[in-house]
Amino acid sequence: MFDIVGRIWPTVPAMPGSVQSLERAAAILRAIAGSGGQMGVTELAGAVGLAKTTAHGLLRTLLSLGFVEQDADSGRYLLGTGLLDLGSHYLDANELRSRASNWCDSLAARSGCSVRLGTLAGFQVVVVHHVFRPDDSAQELEVGAALPAHATVLGKVLLAFRPAASRPPADPRLERSTAATIVDPAALTAELKGVRGRGWAVQREERVPGEGGLAAPVHGAGGLVVAALGVTAPVPEVFGSAGAVRPALLEMVLEAAAAVSRELVRS
Amino acid sequence: MTERYVLAVDQGTTSTRAIVFDRGGRLVAVRQREHRQFFPRPGWVEHDPEEIWANTQLTAAQVLRDVAGRPGRVVALGIANQRETTVVWERATGRPVLRALVWQDTRTGPLVEELSARPDAAIVRERAGMEIAGYFAGPRLRWVLDAVPRARERAERGELLFGTMESWLIWNLTGGPDGGVHVTDVTNASRTLLMDVRTCAWDPDLLDFFGVPGAMLPEIRPSIGVLGTATALPVPVPIGGALGDQQAALFGQTCFSPGEAKCTYGTGSFLLQNTGTELVHSAHGLISTVAYQLAGEPAHYALEGSIAVTGALVQWLRDGLGLIGSAPEVETLARTVDDNGGCYIVPAFSGLLAPHWQGEARGLVAGLTSYVTKGHLARAVLEATGWQTRDVVRAMDADSGLPLSALRVDGGMTTNNLLMQFLADVLDTPVVRPMVGETVSLGAGYAAGLAVGMWSDTEALRGNWHRSAQWSPRPQRAAELDAEYAAWERAVRLSIAWGDRHFR
Repeated sequence: MFDIVGRIWPTVPAMPGSVQSLERAAAILRAIAGSGGQMGVTELAGAVGLAKTTAHGLLRTLLSLGFVEQDADSGRYLLGTGLLDLGSHYLDANELRSRASNWCDSLAARSGCSVRLGTLAGFQVVVVHHVFRPDDSAQELEVGAALPAHATVLGKVLLAFRPAASRPPADPRLERSTAATIVDPAALTAELKGVRGRGWAVQREERVPGEGGLAAPVHGAGGLVVAALGVTAPVPEVFGSAGAVRPALLEMVLEAAAAVSRELVRS
Repeated sequence: MTERYVLAVDQGTTSTRAIVFDRGGRLVAVRQREHRQFFPRPGWVEHDPEEIWANTQLTAAQVLRDVAGRPGRVVALGIANQRETTVVWERATGRPVLRALVWQDTRTGPLVEELSARPDAAIVRERAGMEIAGYFAGPRLRWVLDAVPRARERAERGELLFGTMESWLIWNLTGGPDGGVHVTDVTNASRTLLMDVRTCAWDPDLLDFFGVPGAMLPEIRPSIGVLGTATALPVPVPIGGALGDQQAALFGQTCFSPGEAKCTYGTGSFLLQNTGTELVHSAHGLISTVAYQLAGEPAHYALEGSIAVTGALVQWLRDGLGLIGSAPEVETLARTVDDNGGCYIVPAFSGLLAPHWQGEARGLVAGLTSYVTKGHLARAVLEATGWQTRDVVRAMDADSGLPLSALRVDGGMTTNNLLMQFLADVLDTPVVRPMVGETVSLGAGYAAGLAVGMWSDTEALRGNWHRSAQWSPRPQRAAELDAEYAAWERAVRLSIAWGDRHFR
């Protein structure tokens, strides 16, 4: 919106009786949450209509409170673990399954793959929901199982989007599941950076030979990543002949993850 | 070949949903709208039939618009409906004479007691296949005829029409006062107490017994077969079938062979087992009901066990006791402990239905000691659903002689893993959940699609059914629960005794 002399209206209008700096800080948090990832200070200042120096000052305070964190490599800002501790973001795993169930069924039915929804516990992924591959073959329900995060596609998403993702992985022991498992910490850090940039993760025979996977983040109220949703199938069903991810499958996974995110924000 | 779709309308107790399915039985689009619940007196529950009709038109039009951009077309409409809810309306104007009397409404209690005491009351069980109970539509229709001035006389002249929800909707969809088709399907008709369950025709002696004029009744039609054309929709669509909601779920779960059974776990739970084309009279407290009928074929029957309170007990834990913030959290709370701590909850909030049929029974929490925590209560809440299912399954085994090889489940409670594993253990039977959770709508969609040849036969539908999850019984746990069952049965006897006036 522009006024008569063509200046951009601040997108954070001052409300009578309100504390301006709090409003501005809230706008910054919303902007980062809305981006679904990280934002640089210039980008943030533009998004909320503040001078760069003002935005920087607010970010320093938010940083000291743990409400935002700064990526060590890029210097860009992301939401901090302090927000997780506020409590309102606590999401019961059974509640999550209940809300996600219809979308997971639909993803399995459309993709023909098995579907898993997981959350992070330390350096492991806990399977919150599991929908069988719809071919009526013998399959074991994996709900409640704890899997190594670095070797699974859900784990890669969750590690990549941890609020504290700027820090190196807490558990240095990266155990090998298959020949393809990423066990070098530097390689894992690079892989996670790629996942963060793309907004989704793949794995190719990194946990079970012959099996591939594709997963995307599920955002909760406030924009934080609270879970990962993904599919698992034989490698040729996930990757095309040239080795690239099958675009139709990627679209289905991203759509389903977005639908579950909307479902979580709705209440 | 262009893609073909079916439109299913699930007219339920709290809302009306319109869903479009593709040939694979996959959900393509869905719209939903809730309607008001009226509680004019204690025990009375009413819906506004005109509101429900408006919601049906609206959601169906919306969902048709949602799929309008896709290649292909919607070839048939199927209806699944809340059962036993009773509507009486004027043929000339389409105006209901009263609001609908909902299946949960208990106002016919005194009337039912009076009718049951008559010396000729045995014909009801013999012909209709069920005991006289306020749960069914016939007594409600009789109540309306008694309550509304000149209603019986007007009904005899054909000025008033009766129907359960599907009749009301089909009549309106096909033109209403302007040539609307007045029909019902066998499954819904089998819930009135007015139909001979063997011949699937209105029984003159039963009409006589309940004092209902035949002129006001809809024509009974097979569940699967074209009933008319829904001209009231933006795009006219043939109506290919109608089923009561629980029968629709049985159909949607593709339980087409004798012995196959499903249980839908919602506020209450309904277990239906296909018994084939032979009617099985229950000697163990179940209902003999029509499962479905394809046009030109004999009717298939089912045994039904209705459980009044299952999910509603979880709601009570949330709203009545405030121990959890949302229903799914019951599992989190229950997992804070390893067992029920000796605690059993019998949720006989307004009596017990199958297989006990004790309207005066009242709920109780048995086995309290200072050891019991809220975690144990949460376990007992979930286990109550499992124990009650076992009561029904045991009765079914005894009646049908068709032991359950697996129980197909659907409904909101099936996302509760602790409960599903408990069910598998307490029944000592695999519990299987299908990929499409919307089995009621899917059943209606299947009925409609079969009628217009979108699927060739029921076998083609089986190919659409896929497991999304399975819970297998653990032998040791199953043996433990088998030993524990006596304690549950004792708790049930106590809850019946508590309400028994001779015991007071």
